[in-house]
Amino acid sequence: MTFLQRIFGRGQSAVQSPDRIETAPLDPSTIEGAALSDRILVGASQSTGVERAHNEDALFSLIGSSSGEAAVPDFGLFVVADGMGGHRSGEVASAISVRAVAQRLAKDTLLRLFESDDFLDGQPLQDQVRKALQEANNSVVSRVPGGGTTLTAALMLGNQMTIGHVGDSRAYALTNGQAKVLTRDHSLVKRLEELGQLTEAEAATHPQRNVLYKAIGQGANLEVDVFTHPVPRNGFLLICSDGLWGVVPEAEILRIAWSSEHPQAACDELVRAANSAGGPDNITVIMVYFPPA
Amino acid sequence: MKRTTKALSDATSETAQLGQLEPGVTLQERYLVLALQGAGGMSSVYRARDLHFPNVTKAVAVKEMINMATDPTMHDMIVRNFEREADLLATLSHPAIPRIYDYFTHENNSYLVMEFIDGKDLEALLREIEGALAEDQVVNWAIELCDVLFYLHNHKPQPVIFRDVKPSNIMVDNHGSIRLIDFGIARNFQPGQKGTMIGTDGYAPPEQYRGEASPAGDLYALGATLHHLLTRKDPRAEPPFSFSERPIRKLNQSVSTETEAVINTALAYDPQDRFSSAEAMKSALMAAAKETGILVSPRTATTAIRPRNEVQEVWSFECEDEIRGSPLVAKGVVYVGCYDNNLYALNAETGEFLWKFATEGGIVAKPCSDGELVYVASEDTRLYAVSAERGALAWTYYSAGPIRSSPVISEGHIFFGSDDARLHVVNMFNGSAAWKQEVAGPIRSTPLISGDRVYFGCESSDLYCYDFKSEMKWRFGKAKRAITSSPILIEGMLYFGCKDWSLYAVEAEAGWQIWKFRMGQPTISSPVFAENRIYIGSGDGRIYAVEAKSGREIWHHQTEHQVNGSPIIFEDSVYCGSVDNSMYCLDMRSGRLRWQFQTGGPITGTPTVANNRLYFGSHDHRVYALLT
Repeated sequence: MTFLQRIFGRGQSAVQSPDRIETAPLDPSTIEGAALSDRILVGASQSTGVERAHNEDALFSLIGSSSGEAAVPDFGLFVVADGMGGHRSGEVASAISVRAVAQRLAKDTLLRLFESDDFLDGQPLQDQVRKALQEANNSVVSRVPGGGTTLTAALMLGNQMTIGHVGDSRAYALTNGQAKVLTRDHSLVKRLEELGQLTEAEAATHPQRNVLYKAIGQGANLEVDVFTHPVPRNGFLLICSDGLWGVVPEAEILRIAWSSEHPQAACDELVRAANSAGGPDNITVIMVYFPPA
Repeated sequence: MKRTTKALSDATSETAQLGQLEPGVTLQERYLVLALQGAGGMSSVYRARDLHFPNVTKAVAVKEMINMATDPTMHDMIVRNFEREADLLATLSHPAIPRIYDYFTHENNSYLVMEFIDGKDLEALLREIEGALAEDQVVNWAIELCDVLFYLHNHKPQPVIFRDVKPSNIMVDNHGSIRLIDFGIARNFQPGQKGTMIGTDGYAPPEQYRGEASPAGDLYALGATLHHLLTRKDPRAEPPFSFSERPIRKLNQSVSTETEAVINTALAYDPQDRFSSAEAMKSALMAAAKETGILVSPRTATTAIRPRNEVQEVWSFECEDEIRGSPLVAKGVVYVGCYDNNLYALNAETGEFLWKFATEGGIVAKPCSDGELVYVASEDTRLYAVSAERGALAWTYYSAGPIRSSPVISEGHIFFGSDDARLHVVNMFNGSAAWKQEVAGPIRSTPLISGDRVYFGCESSDLYCYDFKSEMKWRFGKAKRAITSSPILIEGMLYFGCKDWSLYAVEAEAGWQIWKFRMGQPTISSPVFAENRIYIGSGDGRIYAVEAKSGREIWHHQTEHQVNGSPIIFEDSVYCGSVDNSMYCLDMRSGRLRWQFQTGGPITGTPTVANNRLYFGSHDHRVYALLT
């Protein structure tokens, strides 16, 4: 899309296709809950949205799947970051954070899977994930003063995924027609909601809903949320920035997830839905399908 | 993106853009700049010398406000704010508030000349020292701060709300007195007036985010400051309004409960629940200080009142030696092994003796039963199968070492470990050996069987996973000491304790370590799971509740000696014995003590619940049945 198109397209591009990918139409006959495949499937999509001129989000997606005698277990790394700060520092912060996390976990964790004996002597996985996010934080603090970013990373190994999280991007497990938010938003409104001061509906429209109390790049000592969750069998892992979850209702997310033929089609459709609803912010989506055990 | 982050203020990154004065510059031909004291946001503070006093060195503080606004309205607003601060300060007169001497505007900048305070702010002080500040010191400062807040809140014609109480805005001068600095955002208070959100995250009260400022808000911020000083936990690095999740005494046990209670009141979420005034908070602090002897030295001795045996004993039965292990209750009968070498069968309802079966060694392992037979393992190296009804011997199986691992039934077989460094699998009907698996050390942990796999800890510090074809699937060798604790399996994760002071979470499929939780001493206690938490005892005398998905501590309860037995969960209570002779009943969610039942000896086994009764043994030779 050219600059002019973007300027003049604003507001009228109600149905905007994602920036990178042409998508297949929905197959409405797909039955809810039907197994898509017996393999793990991954999709990812991103859009600047309708109202913004720059994309400050970043994503990384990697899946390893093998079979055969003594095969390495399935592994994956999925990262979404949503940058903030003026003078382009937001997009730099999200980009270098995603790169730092991906590099650290690929090198110190995933590549070591191939040296099987060595692997078990490594640090606890949660410590490795925590360190990766803290390293990203240190890079942003030293290289992008004034910049910051959310970051949600899921390191999948076998049947478990270990999630590192800062900010208000989200990881969801979509199973049995339910969307369960796995992460905790580090936002002021979420905190007020947790304390019973705001309802979910009030939080969704609160003028300060963009105010975070924790983000990558906002100080030397960052405390990261790290936890481990079983992979959602016969369901999806969804990681997204608030450009999706703040705009497209959960019921619609679930409908799209289960009515798409492939997670890639679902991601494209989710981005399109966010843009149709006004596209107020950058949109980033990663979706991973896990077959029944 | 318009998003702003309200996190740690990062003053240094901005100063590069501010027009700073070099030392040697003279302002108004009167104030000679000596050094930059500090900078933050839109202002800098310099130490300067007042040249109107040529014969003495009169130091003053010059606050410079840099006006970078290009928009004229904004520019004027900033100047107005500055002048308001100057006017406000000029009307205040209190020993804890710096005096104002002068103000002026020069080019695009405005300056405020104030009393120079030689001292250190509390944030700097906290950075310099190791550990938390002493309670008596903090309480004395708190009382002084209440005084100055009381003065401000009762200022005429309008009360002044400081709105930014935090350690970096509080100085201790060279005389040890408290001074409140930086009135940059303090303003005349008109009740009900809304404003924009200003203040420092972490210390600011919840209502300030709604734009409300009140005296109660300053008391909250004072409470937050005191909490930080006493715990060293910087609230700016924590979720907002989460002080109740970090009780002061949990982080610093030297603080008195009285002082903690005063601070908790100041930190109440609802302004209505805080002190009605700074005066009221001061009174509470003084009362607490008198109680704890901070203000008056002779401490009044008060005996601590503990909840006592609020629980009813149904019966107890005395054996001839210590009961170190755990009872089994099946079909209305309690089966328990004893160090008098016998397995006892007692009526669960009445405690009446039914029969006993003699082995040739002490029994620490918990028996198991399929209804017909009871299986009991002894330190005499043998596993016995006896009839549940009469205790008649059906068969005997010999291992080559004392057995401390509790046998478990699965797939028609009995699984248990022995000190002979083998996992034994025995046909439950005839006692014939089905499988012996040799490993690196004695096995005292109880095997866990799931699917076609068996998991067990070993004194060699390994945790093993074998499949039924006797193929080792993986071995977890990252622990540094014996794993006597028995693993549990929840949603694909194994949890177990270790004598290397840790509780481990390990992925069950491949043996990857997910997290490790460190305790204060070695543990042989086995974990139990409920409501997304793992509960375990430790040699450090504590019973812990740890979040299963993250390995974060939720609470711990301190007993008076080692906790070697394992906790169990029944309804919403945790039951666990301690070597301090007591059985504890704790609220599962908070760890609060519900009751404590004292016996005549250490309790090292695991209790069991059946029919609303709690059964356990003690080293005082007795088996107890309590009403839960």
